[in-house]
Amino acid sequence: MTGRASKTIRVDTLARVEGEGSLYIKLVGERVADVKLKIYEPPRFFEAFLRGRHYSEAPDITSRICGICPIAYQMSAVHAIERALSVQITPAVRLLRRLFFCGEWIESHTLHVYMLHAPDFLGYPDAIAMAKDHRAVVEKALRLKKVGNRIVQLLGGREIHPISAAVGGFYKTPSKQQLCDLAADLEWALEASVETVKWTAGLDFPNFEQDYEFVALRHPDEYPLNEGRLASNRGLDIDTAEYEDHFMELHVKHSNALHSVVRGRGSYFVGPLARFNLNFDKLPESARRAAIDAGLRPPVKNVFRSIVVRAVELVFACIEALRIIREYEPPVASRVEARNRIAVGQAITEAPRGVLYHRYALDEDGMILTAKIVPPTSQNQKRIEDDLREYAAQLVAWPLEEATWKCEQAIRCYDPCISCATHFLKLVVDREKG
Amino acid sequence: MVIIGCGNRQRSDDAAGILVAEKLRKLGIKAEICTRGCAELIEVWTGAKDVIVVDAVVSGAPVGTIRAWNGREAPLSVRTPPSTHGLGVAEAIELARVLDRLPSRLQVYGIEGQRFELGAELSPEVIAAIDEVAGKIVGDVRAERTPLTG
Repeated sequence: MTGRASKTIRVDTLARVEGEGSLYIKLVGERVADVKLKIYEPPRFFEAFLRGRHYSEAPDITSRICGICPIAYQMSAVHAIERALSVQITPAVRLLRRLFFCGEWIESHTLHVYMLHAPDFLGYPDAIAMAKDHRAVVEKALRLKKVGNRIVQLLGGREIHPISAAVGGFYKTPSKQQLCDLAADLEWALEASVETVKWTAGLDFPNFEQDYEFVALRHPDEYPLNEGRLASNRGLDIDTAEYEDHFMELHVKHSNALHSVVRGRGSYFVGPLARFNLNFDKLPESARRAAIDAGLRPPVKNVFRSIVVRAVELVFACIEALRIIREYEPPVASRVEARNRIAVGQAITEAPRGVLYHRYALDEDGMILTAKIVPPTSQNQKRIEDDLREYAAQLVAWPLEEATWKCEQAIRCYDPCISCATHFLKLVVDREKG
Repeated sequence: MVIIGCGNRQRSDDAAGILVAEKLRKLGIKAEICTRGCAELIEVWTGAKDVIVVDAVVSGAPVGTIRAWNGREAPLSVRTPPSTHGLGVAEAIELARVLDRLPSRLQVYGIEGQRFELGAELSPEVIAAIDEVAGKIVGDVRAERTPLTG
């Protein structure tokens, strides 16, 4: 292949990502001429489903958007509606919601770190092939994920598409003993998570650093899950109600998912790396130590290292869950009642893959007039394309098959939940004579 | 005997396995529903000796075709539909095989699907196949055995 030859990297169905998508990269000579991350799942109809429904249905309807992060959807929904209706939740409910989130993070991060992402670094096509040589690793992953499942099952009423979260609290809250029963599993999970940090830190990472705008929630006292101001490393510091003043969604022809940009600046980065970089000081001491021992100090600008950051967040989630279990006392009432009024409410929570924005406008009977949902993957979509533009340029001399594999790996660093953003990735690299 | 219906209720024909499980429940037969793929499936059948799994499949056969396999035999060549959960039923079976976590008897029923877009409407052929597979499983339960086919 000469330097002037052009080629196309094409992945028709991206593997080991949640949902369906494809990637097209056109190389002209040594220049990357075009990058399109295509999401071809039909546009999501959830925002339209919500119109004319009572707000109490929003958490259960939106939780159906994603089988991996239903809790984040429920949490953004209840917080946004509570904000609209000025509902103050009890401290016990606040604790339970954070615990609920920890369960989801443990499930989701374990699935991604071990089953979806690790095979890339160890040179296996998938987790099954990896399991043949790394049986103990996969066994550990299944057990770790199960700890997360137990939390979600207890608080959600069932493992998938939980049904207990309500505006004002929960339909049912657990007893102290029920939470205490989780402690032994979580102590094991904490140890396993610290081992996960060490294990992932020993993987080989490509040398690929970018100057990202990281966007995440920031809270004065805690590592963010349910609340905080929205902040970035480029000076953004806003109330979540101002989100739409600073971010906009653009329709692009090649994708069914909308592209989000920071107004006036462009693509940005949400998810574990953004949270870690903006909230390192809020991690519990032992999680911070695990990160530093693994060679991680903010700002981490290499997206491939996000696998180690996810492992650090596993440590955090276990520590936080154990703290909550110790502190929890069941509330007198499982939820506080809300009073209807005409209002608009917005909320952002930290889904495993990054910030998830919900806005609801309600009428005097509590019916939803309009709803807006911006999932983390659609916010990262443009950033993924920007990464690929840079990364593909480093790969022009590589044989097509290897370049394609490398590009898929770069996409998986973001743990894209394409089913959330609208749905496997297909990759195309087009080489043309320059 | 543990009976597990897999799939995604929001994706048309992909709901087939779940609808079989629901039909069985209405008949008073205990059936599990699994919508989160691999890890969950292995978890659900842990400790069970006799397992039946039902899911929608895409093999190129006419829509509504029912196929039955002995899951313990050679690796599955038919892939389950593109799931939103990363790892599907075929992957769960193969992962369990590597980890020695396959039940001692594993019957898999696959219902050929056609449409997997968002929505609740199923192909009429799949609806008919759901009834037929539920009927077969009722027979399996009555006979207290898993008929290892294929």
